[in-house]
Amino acid sequence: MPKDFLKDVQNRYDVVVIGSGLGGLTAANILGRQGRRVLLLEQHYKLGGLATWFKRPGGHIFDISLHGFPYGMVKSCKRYWSAEIADSIVPLDGVRFDNPMFSLTTKYNREDFTQLLQTQFGIAPQVIQDFFDTARGMNFYDEQETTTGQLFEKFFPGREDVVRLLMEPITYANGSTLEDPAITYGIVFSNFMSKGVYVFRGGTDRLIKLMQKELEANGVDIAINSPAEKVLVEGGKVVGVKVGGRTIQTPVVVSNANLLNTLFNLVGEEYLDRNFCDQARAVRMNNSSTQVYMALAPDQTVDRSTGDLLFSSTAHRFQTDLLLSRDITSRTFSFYYPDMRPEGKARHLIVSSTNARWEDWSNLDEESYQASKQDLIETTLDALEKYLPNCREKIVHVEAATPRTFHHYTMHYHGSSFGTKFEGLAVSRELPQQIPGLFHAGSVGIIMSGWLGTINYGVIVSNDVDNYLMAAANQASLA
Amino acid sequence: MAPEEIREVIIEILGDIAPDEDLGTLDDAIAFREQLELDSMDFLDIVMELRKRYRVQIPEDEYVQLASMNSTVSYLTPKMATIAK
Repeated sequence: MPKDFLKDVQNRYDVVVIGSGLGGLTAANILGRQGRRVLLLEQHYKLGGLATWFKRPGGHIFDISLHGFPYGMVKSCKRYWSAEIADSIVPLDGVRFDNPMFSLTTKYNREDFTQLLQTQFGIAPQVIQDFFDTARGMNFYDEQETTTGQLFEKFFPGREDVVRLLMEPITYANGSTLEDPAITYGIVFSNFMSKGVYVFRGGTDRLIKLMQKELEANGVDIAINSPAEKVLVEGGKVVGVKVGGRTIQTPVVVSNANLLNTLFNLVGEEYLDRNFCDQARAVRMNNSSTQVYMALAPDQTVDRSTGDLLFSSTAHRFQTDLLLSRDITSRTFSFYYPDMRPEGKARHLIVSSTNARWEDWSNLDEESYQASKQDLIETTLDALEKYLPNCREKIVHVEAATPRTFHHYTMHYHGSSFGTKFEGLAVSRELPQQIPGLFHAGSVGIIMSGWLGTINYGVIVSNDVDNYLMAAANQASLA
Repeated sequence: MAPEEIREVIIEILGDIAPDEDLGTLDDAIAFREQLELDSMDFLDIVMELRKRYRVQIPEDEYVQLASMNSTVSYLTPKMATIAK
């Protein structure tokens, strides 16, 4: 008989959270800590969503999305998780760029960037300061007409090299492009520039393990291998969730699933008004990714001076279509050194990431798909050779992930690895007005994605949920 | 709760949110953000804490009322008039 993953699950909860990405985990933790009875459902066998890792024989542990996040994570983890989690956040100091326009290493913060822009790029100090201040002053509710490209053109006209320095890491971090609203760039860029790039010591596996411990301490029930089938709506309100052949009663669902999956699969358009459906259908997904995972033989090392994050490109120009093209010219290499996992086996690992389009991978037949994957691996190793000579002899394990892989593990529409474009945020926020009791805390709008964005969005939505539950209780006591 | 008691409550909450800040020199007429290192998540924490402690509900479009100590206290005074400290 198959194992029943729902056997310890009750019939009734105050809140059911669907999906255990960082947003779902954080919402579940906050609401559990407030004394709400919370059930967390995850379709996969591991918690974490895209904050994930996998192990391979030989003591290799690959992180998918660990490199890196802004300093704000320390505060958010301390406040909404635990001091133990916050204390494991450490800076990455070796950020490198190497492309036909320039090669440099930076600490990736405002001070260092100001210096670089002045000395290496010859930009006037006042222009640099005005640019940083403009970016830092941006709010998510500001006008959205100006694009990131226009913002750069205003401050650094004709300077494609400056644009590349300022934009390439953000494109890596959240998939945004020069055509997206400038506010999405300004907010994320300023978050990073305040203090640089950080990671979690001990790896993603340790982070998620600590989070699980915290959730259990706060009384949250967790069911893995349990894909929610339907959000049940009656009289226009949420009344439950269908999962594994059971009906769990709940007045509140927080969906950490992809926005469109939530609306059109979990709920169904018959419960939503037509204008809202049209608005939701117009939401564009952000792009997907490819990754190549490479493990060095135990006796092989990468020199520390290679850096932690390397934005490498052979493209002579910096353009969105070149970044997304299947004909890859730009790759971000993440170098993981043994001190990342002080308690694990001493291993050097490299993960190469690129942005990618779902369409370039989704329609391939099996044979072409495997060939395309192999080509991705070979061209990545070719590119790595420049930074790690004789890399093919040093690497003992290599494999690739494509948009299809991301789709398989996360069920995200089009394998999206950064949620939706900006307009998804308004649709996500509007959902509780459409169906009282239904909240969405997934990766949306560029600014609510990435590790920090999604954790903070989980906080924002739990505040809405708490407000809703209290208003409902007040109403019940009056009736 | 009287206005001066509400002020004490806010100071207490701010002390938890921004433990490194000196709240003794806070100017009540000037925006918090101009004197303290607070971001929008910090304001959300004030809202959540007030709800948790006193069941005070503050709609999102009224968060702007929390800009300075003076505006916060005058906004909360009618809402918290019948609440005991």
